[in-house]
Amino acid sequence: MSLRRAVLAIAAKDLRIEWRHRTAFTSAIVFAVLVLVVFIFARDEGSVSLAALAPTVLWVMLALATVVTLNRAFLLEREHHALEGILLAPISPVALFWGKWLANLALVLVVELVAIPLWVLFFNITPDLRILGTGAVAILAAIGFTAPGTLFSAIAVRTRFAELLLPVLLLPFVIPPLFFAAQATVRLLEGAPVSDLIGWLRLLALYDIAFLALASILFPAVMDQ
Amino acid sequence: MSPASDAIDRVIRRGRAIMVAGLLGVAAVYVLSLGFTPPEASQGLAFKILYVHAPSAWAMETAFVMVGLTGALYLWLGDRRLDVFAEASATVGMVFGAILLLSGPIWGKTIWGAWWVWDPRLTFTLLLYLLFAGYFALRSALSDPVERARFGAVIGIMGTVLVPFIHLTVYLFRSQHPMPVLGRPPCPPDSPNCAPALPWVLLRPLLLSFVAFTTLYIGFVTTRYGIGLRRVEEESRDAG
Repeated sequence: MSLRRAVLAIAAKDLRIEWRHRTAFTSAIVFAVLVLVVFIFARDEGSVSLAALAPTVLWVMLALATVVTLNRAFLLEREHHALEGILLAPISPVALFWGKWLANLALVLVVELVAIPLWVLFFNITPDLRILGTGAVAILAAIGFTAPGTLFSAIAVRTRFAELLLPVLLLPFVIPPLFFAAQATVRLLEGAPVSDLIGWLRLLALYDIAFLALASILFPAVMDQ
Repeated sequence: MSPASDAIDRVIRRGRAIMVAGLLGVAAVYVLSLGFTPPEASQGLAFKILYVHAPSAWAMETAFVMVGLTGALYLWLGDRRLDVFAEASATVGMVFGAILLLSGPIWGKTIWGAWWVWDPRLTFTLLLYLLFAGYFALRSALSDPVERARFGAVIGIMGTVLVPFIHLTVYLFRSQHPMPVLGRPPCPPDSPNCAPALPWVLLRPLLLSFVAFTTLYIGFVTTRYGIGLRRVEEESRDAG
């Protein structure tokens, strides 16, 4: 089986399972909305305006919702020793990484597609082109979150504390892309010219490429049984 | 006693000897910096914290880079001793990291007026520290030694690649941290704002403390490495 077909087969399998249950998707959306609400209640209404808080809340919400979504990627394979079945199939571990990553990315993007409009609604942001720009930044950030996330979820699932260990391992790796993305969003919402954003977007893209490459190289070492 | 355990005992003894030399070096740094070094002109006595703070940063970063390097070598060669070394180096890195994170705020309270500021280098150190705390959390959650070694190596390598990105992230904030005092070029004439290089009398304890802390790092790691080897030997003897 060619690498491309193997990758697509794994991704399609994961998304089909998710489509049947929709557990991870529903939980991640509800979780994202709850994060928004928590921020609103923890805010001092008199001193912090919604507009000032908006970019911060967006990135905290998206980062945490991504961690929640990634937990499912390999937990799914723990039932009935499904992972061993996949490893016995004549496909390379590299194909498994790219397939899992693609499914994770698709799922995170769908969560973002629902969460960002809700953020626009709750924070009274005028829906214009800036929101499309924020969406584009969110896609780049999602790649940066899911690349190390896919590798670490394969590691964390081998322990008894998968749900606890994944955020502990992943969050230090979420901080650089989150910082680049938040800086770009702040400038976008201020209506700054594109030249002010481009440096941050380049850094974000560099991070994405570096960690996608590294995670796919290291993944076979994690799967070796 | 088997020849293998004799060799392990030799490693531990050698580690202890280097450790003692390092501790004597640290004692010499204390004597020299507290007894024979004048207070710095602008920072006064608080400046002396630098003699503990800067070499701890150096030792911690060296320790963590070694975890990444030995991790990569482990994945390539599969020699369990490399993992034992990586774990030893990470443990020692955490100790120097703790010294760094404790001595920094003591200096900061005197000079900046606050225990903690979200300065790039502080943030960088904290993130690196938390990353390696996660490394130990993962190791303790795995019972199979081969998985522990392999996953530890993966986290170590990922962490080493993360370091330049964290550096970049934190330097894009405006830094309040003083600039390095070593390797600073001499001031050009007619530049009133340029800080002059550190005078020899203040530099002397710093150079000595870098030597002492490096020796201490080598001593600690060698000892921990020997103890780790002995544990592996006992495990395999119990299993056999």
